Amino acid sequence: MEIFWILAIPLSGGLLLAVFGYKSYAPELNSALSFATFLASIFLTVRVISDGAITEFDEQFFVDSFNVLFVALTAFVAFTTSLFSRPYMRIEQAHGKLTVNMLRLYHSMYQLFTFTMLLVLLTNNMGIMWVAMEAATLTTVLLVSLYRTPASIEAAWKYFILCGVGLALAMFGTILLYFAAEKILGPGGTALLWTHLDEVKGQLEPTILTLAFVFLLVGYGTKVGLVPLHSWLPDAHAEGPTPVSAVLSGLLLNVALYVLVRAKVLVDGTEHTNLAGNLMMGFGLLSVIVAAFMLSRQKDVKRMFAYSSIEHMGLITFAFGMGGAVATFAALLHMTMHALTKSAIFFAVGHATQKSGTQLMENIRGLIRTNPTIGWGLMLGTLAILGMPPFGVFASEFMIITTAMHDYPWSMPFLIIGLGVAFAAIFSRVQRMVFGETGGERLPHPPALVPVFVHLGLVLLLGLYIPAWLAAWFKQAAALIG
Amino acid sequence: MNILNIYSGQLINLFAALVLLIAFAMLAQRRVLSLINLFALQGLLLAASTALVAWSSDQHHLYYSAALTLVLKVLFLPWLLHRLIRKLNVKWDIETLINIPTTMLLGLALVVFSFNLAGPISEIAGTITRSTLGIAIASVLLSFLMMITRSKAVPQVIGFLAMENGLFFAAVTATYGMPMVVELGIALDILVGMIIMGIFFFQIRATFDSLELKHMEKLRED
Repeated sequence: MEIFWILAIPLSGGLLLAVFGYKSYAPELNSALSFATFLASIFLTVRVISDGAITEFDEQFFVDSFNVLFVALTAFVAFTTSLFSRPYMRIEQAHGKLTVNMLRLYHSMYQLFTFTMLLVLLTNNMGIMWVAMEAATLTTVLLVSLYRTPASIEAAWKYFILCGVGLALAMFGTILLYFAAEKILGPGGTALLWTHLDEVKGQLEPTILTLAFVFLLVGYGTKVGLVPLHSWLPDAHAEGPTPVSAVLSGLLLNVALYVLVRAKVLVDGTEHTNLAGNLMMGFGLLSVIVAAFMLSRQKDVKRMFAYSSIEHMGLITFAFGMGGAVATFAALLHMTMHALTKSAIFFAVGHATQKSGTQLMENIRGLIRTNPTIGWGLMLGTLAILGMPPFGVFASEFMIITTAMHDYPWSMPFLIIGLGVAFAAIFSRVQRMVFGETGGERLPHPPALVPVFVHLGLVLLLGLYIPAWLAAWFKQAAALIG
Repeated sequence: MNILNIYSGQLINLFAALVLLIAFAMLAQRRVLSLINLFALQGLLLAASTALVAWSSDQHHLYYSAALTLVLKVLFLPWLLHRLIRKLNVKWDIETLINIPTTMLLGLALVVFSFNLAGPISEIAGTITRSTLGIAIASVLLSFLMMITRSKAVPQVIGFLAMENGLFFAAVTATYGMPMVVELGIALDILVGMIIMGIFFFQIRATFDSLELKHMEKLRED
């Protein structure tokens, strides 16, 4: 029943806000709906952790401790982002960048976007996963182009075409998967259900499944932002409104990677070689390296943090590719940490750019003087994302690197160079933005900084101490994907 | 009955060949209006061959797929596209395509590649249509090529839709179509996607004063 509410609330919320999204209370309504979704996800999480995996509605929905993690995370970050977006969008409106109709579109699409992501996570059907993934692109295209500036329209067009083509390849991969499965499970609705596929994965035709995985990797990899399929990502993050950047970076990339990991489990069971893992490791390392070097050439602050997302997604893909209990545990932890930290950074960056009236880093100066909380939020968030102890990102990166050192020593130079270059690039720029002389203007509405510090507090807490039940949950999830 | 079955197999092959021919025609077609008509014709062939496959293999759910294709890709989308190009005043637009012969040769190479890719898959397939899988993959790749060579927004989107046609054809020929719930979902995505694209065309035009994609090459790394 929780599954029903988790999906029904954002879906009906999207329709509701399509009607009332222009009213003055719409941002609060948006937050309230997101909070209700988050509550439902907590009930689901508690039930799954205590009772184990469940399937519902004729096996069309499936939740185990692996995907419930992302359901809870998605609902949580969607809620905090909606809190952040209340003052943020009001300030944008006061600055004359948005009209009431644009706000209506924004609020409605925000809920529908949450719905599509949760549908990807909850469905048991690999075909519906694709459908929901494509729907996630469709709901965000008009959000990326919300400001109607030439750059934002170009970014949205690129986003639509590149992700559309990518997902077309993923569709072909899904067709191949169905083709292999139908031989064993028979035609009809059940042959694409992941739980059924998982049961018979040993009997599936290996050549077909390998081919299917390659297409799925390239297709969903476009959405994850893996190099060389990433070129939509920095544009979409930089040109869209900041709350959208936060959910794209913190949530959508995770959701796409989740689908890829589900597919990997099937291929691993069929192949008995580490082909899928090796492919993921290759793409992951390439993304870390390329993104790190691109980072040092950025002038736009949101673009820079978008490249940082590519780098972290690369690292996580690499960790999933290595496989094994520790690396998978670390990958899951890193996904959680990255989602929390990166969205917190985008919240701080959003208010910082509103204050300075520009996204160019050379024109953002002295945040710590004009608004200490934004300055500290950005500084601490940056330290966290760069993997400084005692933040949680340090713990997960440390686990990934030690496992890599042990199992795949050749990857060490690439990882160390990638992380090192990224550190130098980001830290030097953020330092100049936070400290230094400036005079920024006052914002017409008080900025929302509670979500920033809630996220960073959680990341700090998890860096210092992971409660036993949480560790057990992550371990159980890691065991499911192996 | 037996003879009919043989003929239906032949007919499906004929339709498949025509689908491929249309994919090539789209590659070289410079007029937006004709491009939409070609797209509609491709949809019609797709619907007809799906219905034929449904009849000859006794897969009744394929009749629904054929009907869905007919309504969505032969009637609704071409209607919407016609309406859009009329409103956008690009009805008589002619694109300058450079190097049509080279594009065609590249297309031929893609067809050879597709048949090689389809080889191992169709060997395992048990469907009566397995020989046409190569054509399905080829039309996906040809549409992809078409998207790359186009410099205007509407033809690029038509290429995108043609690609989806190819994927649908691949699903029909390799596995007698995807499960119904998935197919309905895909159809919904295409529908919503096209409506969003329609809104988007107007946004592009309002911002850039044209639908030329060359205006949209500002965002790049320097």
